[in-house]
Amino acid sequence: MTREQIFEKLNEVFSDVFDEEIVVHDETTAADIEDWDSLTHITLIAEVEEAFGIRIAMKDVLNLKNVGEMADIIEKAV
Amino acid sequence: MPEPSFMQLKKLSREDRSHLPQYGLAVLGDCATQHLSMAIRGYGVYAGLHIPVLDVDYNQIDAQTMDAGSELYQYQPDGVLIQRCTEKLYEKFCATPLQQRASFAEDIYAGIRKTWERINTNIRTSILQCNFPLLDDSVFGQYGNKTPDSFLFQQRKLNYLLMEGCHQVKNVYMIDLAAIQTARGQAHFSDPKLYYIAKMPIALEALPAVAKAVADTIRALRGTVKKCVILDLDNTLWGGVIGDDGLGGIQIGELGLGHAFSDFQAWLKELKKRGMLLAVCSKNNDATAREPFEKHPEMVLRMEDFSAFVANWQDKASNIRSIQQMLNIGMDSLIFLDDNPFERNLVRSMLPEVTVPELPEDPALYRSCLQELGLFEVASYSAEDANRTQQYRDQAERRVFEASFQSYDDYLKGLEMTAVAAPFDPFHYPRIAQLTQRSNQFNLRTVRCTEAQIQDLAQDEGHICLYFMLKDKFGDHGLISVVVLDKQPDSTLFVSQWLMSCRVLKRGMEEFIINKIMKTAEANGFRRVVGEYLPTPKNSMVQHLYQTLGFTPLDDNRFEARVSGFHYHHTYITEA
Repeated sequence: MTREQIFEKLNEVFSDVFDEEIVVHDETTAADIEDWDSLTHITLIAEVEEAFGIRIAMKDVLNLKNVGEMADIIEKAV
Repeated sequence: MPEPSFMQLKKLSREDRSHLPQYGLAVLGDCATQHLSMAIRGYGVYAGLHIPVLDVDYNQIDAQTMDAGSELYQYQPDGVLIQRCTEKLYEKFCATPLQQRASFAEDIYAGIRKTWERINTNIRTSILQCNFPLLDDSVFGQYGNKTPDSFLFQQRKLNYLLMEGCHQVKNVYMIDLAAIQTARGQAHFSDPKLYYIAKMPIALEALPAVAKAVADTIRALRGTVKKCVILDLDNTLWGGVIGDDGLGGIQIGELGLGHAFSDFQAWLKELKKRGMLLAVCSKNNDATAREPFEKHPEMVLRMEDFSAFVANWQDKASNIRSIQQMLNIGMDSLIFLDDNPFERNLVRSMLPEVTVPELPEDPALYRSCLQELGLFEVASYSAEDANRTQQYRDQAERRVFEASFQSYDDYLKGLEMTAVAAPFDPFHYPRIAQLTQRSNQFNLRTVRCTEAQIQDLAQDEGHICLYFMLKDKFGDHGLISVVVLDKQPDSTLFVSQWLMSCRVLKRGMEEFIINKIMKTAEANGFRRVVGEYLPTPKNSMVQHLYQTLGFTPLDDNRFEARVSGFHYHHTYITEA
């Protein structure tokens, strides 16, 4: 899976979870998306895991700084 | 119906569905319950219910239930869902000194019973208690099953004790998380990191199944239950086609795929024993269709297991309609099972209220597939349920008897009916509650009651509560009507509940009951009786009941009758 494909799919997942059209980038953080609170973060992680068929480790769930890091993890796992 | 995903439920949960029937739910947990609450709200919308959820803060079970002025009690919910997670339970177990571990389950159970008691002291509600999904710490390996000191042992015991508790405390209902966990497998039920990060014991992917269990229970509590399974025959109840293959050629019992069909029949028979009606709707000659039930030695179901048996060449939708009229139950309480997709689609399009599950092609999967649908929830069970099929069969005999009389009056006379009218007693609480939950058509105000509420009514000085039983020469109808009279000022008795099973319509029972109500009013010094009709989509049958019985309208829905000068009705029913 190319990084581009990963971001395409991430856009779908984000749009689904936050219920609005969202385009994410490497630098996108929780501060950029209004509804991205700790509750939605859990939903987001579960949906990313399902969409990519991967499991994200606990430390990554807690320490992710931006969507770029999330894409890194996905890139390694798939 | 495929199971909705958590994301679908999340979206549904945001829709405004306040026009749907409402059931207020409070959720208490010693873990994070926000996602669960969201899933339940969404599943409610999916299932046609508006479930506003009060999700109290994390770990507030004791605080909310001990404080008489708590959010929980102010909310006055219809139901309280309590989720205590196994992870917390295990922490407690680890902190318990070794010598006290053998009584761990009983100690925890005592605490949970206290919670129930506190809730029941403060509000009238139903309690939906989650049991504990299995967490095997493997400390003792298999040996854990053999020693009371293991967590495995204590946890299984606790789940068993909770079942005992639900059986004893009438308003507590179990949400069987352990069964959902078993069905899905642990890997698809929980995600350890979610618990560590967010105190969530259940993974998002399993929440729809849990929400479904909660919504199914709520629907049953609200009286939406299935009452009859209508069955096709060829390739549904046995393998092959009786008309072509003949008695010796159909597959049942030892022949061919027969074992799967025998097991399926055995399960249907169990449903029948707990009160579900069974009926046959088959495209066959009547005699051909009956033959296997009468003559095949390995048939599990027999003719007497069916409340209605329709085999002819008409379309199935018409036949289902006539079965529904014969049994006099709601169309939406029917389930239709047929291996033929054409017939299923026909019935779905002609009778959208009937539940028509997709049957898998492989009969080996019929049973497990149907068991997963959650169609068979009930909120009560009484001794009369086991007799229900017999009662409907007696009904069929009465119809033959009826046809032999010149006039309906002669027929009624010939039935030799006797009725009992008695105040509510504890022995009948379950059946009374059940009747309030199940009756839709002959139900003047459609007040649904749990057993606990029935007990309250019975013990409250402000009400006179009566139940009625009827029998005749063909059999016993059992407890068929419930009346609750509220004592009001100005010497008025208000009929706050009156409902009756449709099985006994047109026997003079309505007249018998109103006579009894008027006599009761007189005997207790009341001068007038006021009745009210609250319309629902299903009870138009009793719209004009009070007027027919000699009451005069006060406004659109309320009617009154004076005790003095009331014209008592003639019936052919003797009071026992």
